[in-house]
Amino acid sequence: MRGWGWQAIRAWTLLVYAFMFLPIAVVVLLSFNANQFGSFPMTGFSLQWFVELSQNDAILRAFRTSLLLGALTAAISTTLGVLASLALVRYRVPGENIISTMLIAPILVPEVVLAVALLLFLNFLSLPKSFPLLLMGHVIFTLPFVLLVVQARLVSIRRDVEEAAMSLGASPMQTFFQITLPLLMPAVLAGALFAFTISFDDITGTLFWKPGGVETVPTQIFAMLRNSISPEINALGTVMILITVGLPLLGLAIARKINQKSGA
Amino acid sequence: MSTVALENVVKRFGTFTAVHQTSLEMDDGEFVTLLGPSGCGKTTNLRMIAGLLDPTEGNILINGQRINDVPIHKRNLGIVFQNYALFPHKTVAENVAFGLKYRDVSRAEMEERVRRALDLVQLPDSGAKYPKALSGGQQQRIALARAIVIEPSVLLLDEPLSALDANLREDMRIELKRIQDRIGVTTVFVTHDQSEALAMSDKIVVMSAGHVEQVGTPEEVYNAPGSEFVANFLGASNILDGTCEQADGTAVLIDVPLLGRITVPRAKAPAVRPGAGAKLVLRAEKLVLAGEDARKEDTISIPGVVETVDYQGQAVRYFVRSGETQLQAINMIDERPFAKGQPVSLHFRQRDCAALGAE
Repeated sequence: MRGWGWQAIRAWTLLVYAFMFLPIAVVVLLSFNANQFGSFPMTGFSLQWFVELSQNDAILRAFRTSLLLGALTAAISTTLGVLASLALVRYRVPGENIISTMLIAPILVPEVVLAVALLLFLNFLSLPKSFPLLLMGHVIFTLPFVLLVVQARLVSIRRDVEEAAMSLGASPMQTFFQITLPLLMPAVLAGALFAFTISFDDITGTLFWKPGGVETVPTQIFAMLRNSISPEINALGTVMILITVGLPLLGLAIARKINQKSGA
Repeated sequence: MSTVALENVVKRFGTFTAVHQTSLEMDDGEFVTLLGPSGCGKTTNLRMIAGLLDPTEGNILINGQRINDVPIHKRNLGIVFQNYALFPHKTVAENVAFGLKYRDVSRAEMEERVRRALDLVQLPDSGAKYPKALSGGQQQRIALARAIVIEPSVLLLDEPLSALDANLREDMRIELKRIQDRIGVTTVFVTHDQSEALAMSDKIVVMSAGHVEQVGTPEEVYNAPGSEFVANFLGASNILDGTCEQADGTAVLIDVPLLGRITVPRAKAPAVRPGAGAKLVLRAEKLVLAGEDARKEDTISIPGVVETVDYQGQAVRYFVRSGETQLQAINMIDERPFAKGQPVSLHFRQRDCAALGAE
């Protein structure tokens, strides 16, 4: 099996990965460049762009907005996702399949279409754009991810474990908090992280929905790029990568820890 | 402690009737088995007693109190499930203590009762482990400890042995019966395994297709089956059509074409009427094969030819043709089994027979 064909596949794979990750590596590398033009050749190692970043009010404001938006999106999406999963998996709901499809649909519909649709809908209702509506938009397209993850886990939690808890005297509410939720926790955590990182990264929907004067990190970067390619953007990119890659990894580690506790 | 009763209970799912009108009574401390094939309604009955299903009609009573509207968590029941249903994220001790948290029990008493329950199921040192670290049999013992530590009014066992290996199953069966005897709790046991039912029960309720076929002690349902279904479900039986010629208080005389006139004790043929059709029930274990020329006193003997030999180790199951009829016999092996095609004579005692009225 170690013929030239195999070697070619290997080389091709490496090329694909290089094509995907080299640009990202370049951004990270250049964010430490001492040159004031954000391009090669590098003239020395410096943290000056990170310092400038931390002093840029517009960026800091965008950062706070993004964090708040991401956190709220995660909280609301996860809560709704868990409740919807419980209803769909544990109870007979009329029109179950239709509801399920509708909730998952935002993944399938192109984001631009979704963005325009929501915007037109708000116009139709004569509602002005606002932060809560931006939040609502983010919840709509992060909810499917939470739902899929939580539903998959919930199906694997045996009903008789809950029945055992109830037979021993736990009310349905106590059963949920004592048994179902702890067993569901890895999925809840994963869902919340998905929702946060997707919201934190999003630009398409956000551009359509954000009220005037509010910027998230991606829209701020987009706005800055119109003027010039400042090395600050490289630094900001590095920070974004750290958050969107680091958080899920952290979540994964925590989920693994929870699983280990119940004695694998 | 407690009695359980079902009064004219019916359970329908949509247009499908899972349990037809059923009335049952279980005495205090009794071990009652609901026995039948899958889909016979035994688990449905158990789940209605548990409060996991609502009966469509009728009442469920514990200690004479109607409990239809009492939710499961207020019924004070111990349930043991087929797949153990232990809480995987809690230690064994936390699992066993779970039910006590919802009862007015001090911390010290809780620890003491958990310790005693673990002693009772012979796993005293397992408290700190997680369920995954235990074998299937051990997990089922913990599930039992968790169910009895709350001193339930009724213990419900939903095929608790079915997920275990064959050898372990027999050990657990003895163990389960020992514990039930010791604490004397009224127990409802659901199984499809006739040997479990015969070995453990005070009373067996044989069910089929949502109907109760027969209620009786293990000996009653085994020796005097009330229907063809019961005769076949509890072990293997030969059922032969015949006509009842005479009947009085002590015996009935049934003419069976293949066998001639057979006298059956009245107690084993309560439903047979003179002049009417009857079905003779001859258990496969009671039909003994012998060499062609062997003759015995006070037995009926007929000739036959072995058609199929199903070797089972300590016993053999034979299918033997006699005239137009195929008969089953399950015999212990003496030296070596009879061979296929061998002519034999078949013996049985008349008093081992039972009879059913024609339907």
